[in-house]
Amino acid sequence: MSTETLSLSRAMNEGLRKAMENDPKVVVMGEDVGKLGGVFRVTDGLQKDFGEARVIDTPLAESGIVGTAIGLALRGYRPVCEIQFDGFVFPAFNQITSQLAKMRMRSLGTLELPVVIRIPFGGGIGAVEHHSESPEAYFTHTGGLRVVACSNPSDAYTMIQQAITCPDPVIFFEPKRRYWDKAPVELDLSAAAPFDRAVVAREGSDVTLLAYGPMVKTCLEAAQADDNRSIEVVDIRSLNPLDESTVLESVRRTGRCVVVHEAPVFGGYGAELAARITEKCFYNLESPVLRVGAASTPYPPSRLEDHYLPDLDRVLDAVDRTFEW
Amino acid sequence: MTIDAAHGAPPGTGAQPPPELVQLLTPEGERIEHPEYDVDLTADEIKSLYRDLVIVRRLDTEALALTRQGELGVWASLLGQEAAQIGSGRALGPGDMAFPSYREHGVAWCRDVDPVKVLGLFRGVNHAGWDPREHNFHLYTIVIGSQTLHATGYAMGIQRDGTEDAAIVYFGDGATSEGDVNEAFVWSAAQNAPIVFFCQNNQWAISEPLERQSRIPLYRRAEGFGFPGIRVDGNDVFAVLAVTKRALDNARSGQGPTLIEAFTYRMGAHTTTDDPTRYRLQAELEAWKLKDPIERVKAYLVKSQMADKEFFAAIDEEAKSIGSDLRKRCLELPDPEATAIWENVYATEHAPLAGERDRFTSYLGSFEEVTR
Ligand SMILES: Cc1ncc(C[n+]2csc(CCOP(=O)(O)OP(=O)(O)O)c2C)c(N)n1
Repeated sequence: MSTETLSLSRAMNEGLRKAMENDPKVVVMGEDVGKLGGVFRVTDGLQKDFGEARVIDTPLAESGIVGTAIGLALRGYRPVCEIQFDGFVFPAFNQITSQLAKMRMRSLGTLELPVVIRIPFGGGIGAVEHHSESPEAYFTHTGGLRVVACSNPSDAYTMIQQAITCPDPVIFFEPKRRYWDKAPVELDLSAAAPFDRAVVAREGSDVTLLAYGPMVKTCLEAAQADDNRSIEVVDIRSLNPLDESTVLESVRRTGRCVVVHEAPVFGGYGAELAARITEKCFYNLESPVLRVGAASTPYPPSRLEDHYLPDLDRVLDAVDRTFEW
Repeated sequence: MTIDAAHGAPPGTGAQPPPELVQLLTPEGERIEHPEYDVDLTADEIKSLYRDLVIVRRLDTEALALTRQGELGVWASLLGQEAAQIGSGRALGPGDMAFPSYREHGVAWCRDVDPVKVLGLFRGVNHAGWDPREHNFHLYTIVIGSQTLHATGYAMGIQRDGTEDAAIVYFGDGATSEGDVNEAFVWSAAQNAPIVFFCQNNQWAISEPLERQSRIPLYRRAEGFGFPGIRVDGNDVFAVLAVTKRALDNARSGQGPTLIEAFTYRMGAHTTTDDPTRYRLQAELEAWKLKDPIERVKAYLVKSQMADKEFFAAIDEEAKSIGSDLRKRCLELPDPEATAIWENVYATEHAPLAGERDRFTSYLGSFEEVTR
């Protein structure tokens, strides 16, 4: 076992590098992923080491990135696509939801599409429009896609490698505001949890916070800040398929649950969790499952994002409210 | 067999303009003839173009400084592209509609958009502070290429209204790869829409040189779609003006779309978050410095004795004061109220949204009670 302290961006980079070393069929493709190393430097140095045939600076065309990745996968390659920012995935929406997601089923299971689509997502970095969105619900709603989100450097390193070896298409969300957070990373994957498992990030007994991606850290800080209650934090990690047993087990123990995400609450992924938990843990619940998320509006100008995005106070406010029942 | 992707010429070396480039003013400030294009400008008109060029460069400098000081979140500099923007912007008639991308601050200037409103977007106080209809200058569009279809549809509307107007849409070299842009070419050709596609080929799409997007000069793409394409020296304000005017006139007179490739160079970083030293060579920058869009107009004005020292000093002074006024007004831009999040989402308020807003307002109020 060996560990190294890495930023999330660097951990992604090391994970990609490992995957490329392990399998010559892995190709990385996206806008500015070559010389520049991606706008978040996740692919830094990969083109230099693996060449232009395996690290492709693509034309500025997202539908093309995913569409050609499908073709490469049909030919036996394992493409890892980078969509530069969350708001730019939509030109590729047809290729992802209508083509990529459905080909296994349409081919009666004969075709395999091990395509990974990496998307830096979420806000909190003071960016202009379309650079701060949380589009995960569009993809969790689409059967045939795996949707995962990493929350820390260690998971970034392991989950990207697991995603690349997975035979299904994976939408891989990276919490862009956490790219520069550092933490020790276990470089040996053998003991790592499978990437479709949720993990208890912090144990507690009074209430369960469910989160993924950037909000895991916010929830951990909230749990830390609350001296009165013992707060458990579950990192969902795999949004679809959902690791139901880990989630339900936690809520059954604590009897209270708050779901936290950056995406708008209305029709968001939290609705799925709340409904499922209500259905399966009804008699264990002391209070309704509450949701904390963004307003049901377009992402606002950045000077308003601190109001728009959930923060520690809003998480604790919801925790307070679950105890009011 | 393993192959390494073939990419032709290394970055930058494909940037030599071929002879078919329309140029009316050389980098040295010599006025030259072109068999098809000319402009007939009075001394005052030339001086006025010069003034525009200097002012928009100054506004850009101010915005860059404001970004470095943390007053703007990010800035997309127009440095080097002044002539492409002023030349085309000044070719527009009042009824023409311009659809910008996100770097067209010079065109915004030509459309009388208060520059502080442009800064508002980059400061993060709004997504666009101007009324597009008041200026016939649409909102900035960041999702690459999307606006080319909006402009095409708008032009189809003009066509159906039977007015003597046209639409012009701005986009970059990288944008030409997007499906939307290619669909806009198809649509405008099929509809014979009164539109000018104005591509500022500044040679780079962030870190990717043009070679990653195209094997032929961009203006030649038009032919395949069935309309004319033309390459103009994007650093020559006279040539850009002449070529854009002609394309707009052609659109107005029922001759359909034109693609203009303004051959220019992005002298700065892609935006203030970019580090161009990672992907391009200083030598390329040095070569383009010699083609500066402002210096050549200045040289011409001097040589032809249309302007004296006092004129240039006065313009510099004016640009400086417009710049410092902009800075002052930028710093005074108020942050929006939190409730602005819920404004203008729908034509009329609806209950769930209003409920969200009201709950948030009382939530914020609970903090005030605590601190009181
Ligand atoms: C659909 C989409 N994909 C990616 C981006 C990220 N992005 C912003 S600007 C840019 C490069 C644009 O290059 P070009 O079209 O040449 O215009 P320039 O910025 O050089 O003016 C990219 C990839 C985006 N804004 N929209």
